[in-house]
Amino acid sequence: MGTHNINFSEQFEFTGKVKTLSIVGIVLGVAAIAYGFLAGDKVMHERTFANLLLMGYYFACVCMSGTFFLAVQYVAQAGWSASILRVPQAMAKTLPIAAVILVVIISAGLYTHNLYHHWHADGLTDKNSPNYDAIIAGKSVFLNVPFFLGRQLLFLGIYSIFSIMFVKFSYNEDLAGGLNSYRKSFKNACIFLVIYGFTTPIFAFDTVMSLEAHWFSTMFGWYNFAAMWVSCLATIAIIIILLRRAGYMQWVNNSHLHNLGQFIFGFSIFWTYVWFAQFLLIYYANMPEETVYFYKRFEYYKFWFFLNLAMNFLAPVLLLMDRDNKRTDIRLLFVAVVVLLGHWVDYYQMIMPGAVEDGHNGFGIIEIGIAAGFVGLFTFTVLTALSKKPLIAKNHPLLQESLHHQL
Amino acid sequence: MSDIKYILGSFGDPDEMMHGIDKLQENNITIYDVYTPMPIHGIEAKLGVKRSRIDIAAFCFGITGTCAAFALIYFCAVIDWKVNIGGKPSFALPDFIPIMFELTVLFCAFGMVLTYYASTHLFPGRAPRVMDLRATDDRFVIAIDAHENAAHTVIDDLLKDAGALEVKYNERKYISYE
Repeated sequence: MGTHNINFSEQFEFTGKVKTLSIVGIVLGVAAIAYGFLAGDKVMHERTFANLLLMGYYFACVCMSGTFFLAVQYVAQAGWSASILRVPQAMAKTLPIAAVILVVIISAGLYTHNLYHHWHADGLTDKNSPNYDAIIAGKSVFLNVPFFLGRQLLFLGIYSIFSIMFVKFSYNEDLAGGLNSYRKSFKNACIFLVIYGFTTPIFAFDTVMSLEAHWFSTMFGWYNFAAMWVSCLATIAIIIILLRRAGYMQWVNNSHLHNLGQFIFGFSIFWTYVWFAQFLLIYYANMPEETVYFYKRFEYYKFWFFLNLAMNFLAPVLLLMDRDNKRTDIRLLFVAVVVLLGHWVDYYQMIMPGAVEDGHNGFGIIEIGIAAGFVGLFTFTVLTALSKKPLIAKNHPLLQESLHHQL
Repeated sequence: MSDIKYILGSFGDPDEMMHGIDKLQENNITIYDVYTPMPIHGIEAKLGVKRSRIDIAAFCFGITGTCAAFALIYFCAVIDWKVNIGGKPSFALPDFIPIMFELTVLFCAFGMVLTYYASTHLFPGRAPRVMDLRATDDRFVIAIDAHENAAHTVIDDLLKDAGALEVKYNERKYISYE
C-alpha cells in the first residue's frame, strides 16, 4: 500500500442527503417531544422525560467515550489509530453540546418532578412528614438537589474541558508539527483517565441509578461504563465505514476495521460479564431490596430484558468471532448497528422502570421520534465538527505506523 | 547424489531475505521454510503459509470444557446431592454459568498449549531442533530442500546475489544443541 498518494488535506464535506436526513431527524425529534408534552397526561410526560433522559444520556456517553478513546490511544501510545483519530475527536468536540443538553434535561425533569421523584419529593427527608422515607433520608447527604446538580456540572465540565484540550492539541499539531502536542496530549490523557475512571461510575449512579433510589448496585457504574464504551466503539466503526464507502479516508484498511471489530467483540463480552456479575449476585443473595430491580424488569419488561442480551451479547459474539467478519466492512457495519441499537434497549430497560409507572411503559411514536431526533442531532453536530478540519492528523508522530497497519 | 539435505541461505537483513525469497520464487525453486528471529510482516502470504487452525482446536477444547463443567455440576447439584439453597431449584442455570465459563477458559488454554507443543514437537525435556542456530539470534535463514532442487550452484548464486552472508549445506536436517 503506497502512502505517497494520500491527500493529507482531504476534508469531509457535510452536504446533501446526509445533512437533509439529519435535519429531518431533528425535526421528527422535536415533533415527538411536542407531542409527548402537549397531547399527553402526567404518565405521558414522564415517558417523554424518560426518553429524553435516555437519549440525552446516550448522546453524552458516546461523546465522552470518544474522549476516552482518544485518551486511551495517547496513554497506550497506540500507533494503529493515528489516522482515524479525527473521528473520535469530532465526537469529543461535540461533548460540550451534549453535556448542556443532558444537564437541561436532568434539571427540567428534576424540577418538574418527572424524573428522580423517588428521591426528590416533598417531605421525603422530613421526619415529621407522612412522606418520610428512612432510606432516602439516609442517602440525602449524597443525593440532594444542589450536590446532585453540582456533580453533574462538575463531571461533564471536566470531561468537556479535556475533550476541547485534546482536540486543540491535535489541531495545533497540524500547524506546528513536532512532538510538543503529542507530549501534552499524553500527559493530559494520563490525568484524564484517572479522573474518568473514578467519576464515570458516580456519573452513572447519579444519572441513571438514582431513578430507583431505594435500590443500589456497586456494579452499576462499570456496567454503564461498558455500555457507553462499546456503543462509542460501534459509533466510530459506523462513521469510518460509511465515510470510506462514500470515498473518504481511503487509507483506512481492513486491519483498522479488524482492530475496531476486536474492540467491539471484546467489550461486548466485557459488558456481558459485568451485566452478569450484577445479575448473579442479586439473584443468588435473593434479598428483597435488591431483587426488586430485576423483579420489575421481569414483570413488565421481559421482552426487552432478553432482547438486550440477544443484541448485546449473542449478536456480537456469534457474528464477530470470525476473522473475516471483522475485516469485511459491510458485516462489521451490520454488527455495529445491532450493538448500537442494542444499547438503546439496554438503556431503555435501565431507565424506564424507574422513571415510568409500572405497566405504563410503551414503545411508540415518542420512543422512535426522540431516538431519531437525537440520532439526527448527533449526526449533524459530529459531522459538522468533522468537516471543519482535514480528516487526517498529518503531523501525528505515529501516523506512518497507522498508514502501514497490518494484522 | 550428494549427502546434502538442505541448503541454507543466511541473511543479515530481513529486507534482503525477502528479496531473496522473491528471487528464488522467480526461478521456480521451492522453499522448504524460512527461519527468522522475529516475526516479519507479510512473509506468510509470500510463502503461502496456510492460516493456523489453532482456533478450531481452541473451540473444540472450549466446548469440551463447557460440557464437562455442566456435567459435573449437574451430577453434583441435581442428581447426586441436592441442597436447598435459599429455596431455589436444584437446577438453577445462572449458578452454573461462572463454573462453565471458567472451565471453558481452563480447557481452552491448556488444550491450546498442548496442541502447540504437539504440533511443534516442543515439549519439556526435548532438545529443540533447529536448522541453523543463528536463526534464533541475528540471522534470517531460508532453507531449501536439496533433493527437490537439483541445481545447487544456481541456488548458491541466487542466494549470494540477493545478499546472503553465508550459504551452508546441511547433511542432517537438524542440528540440535549437542
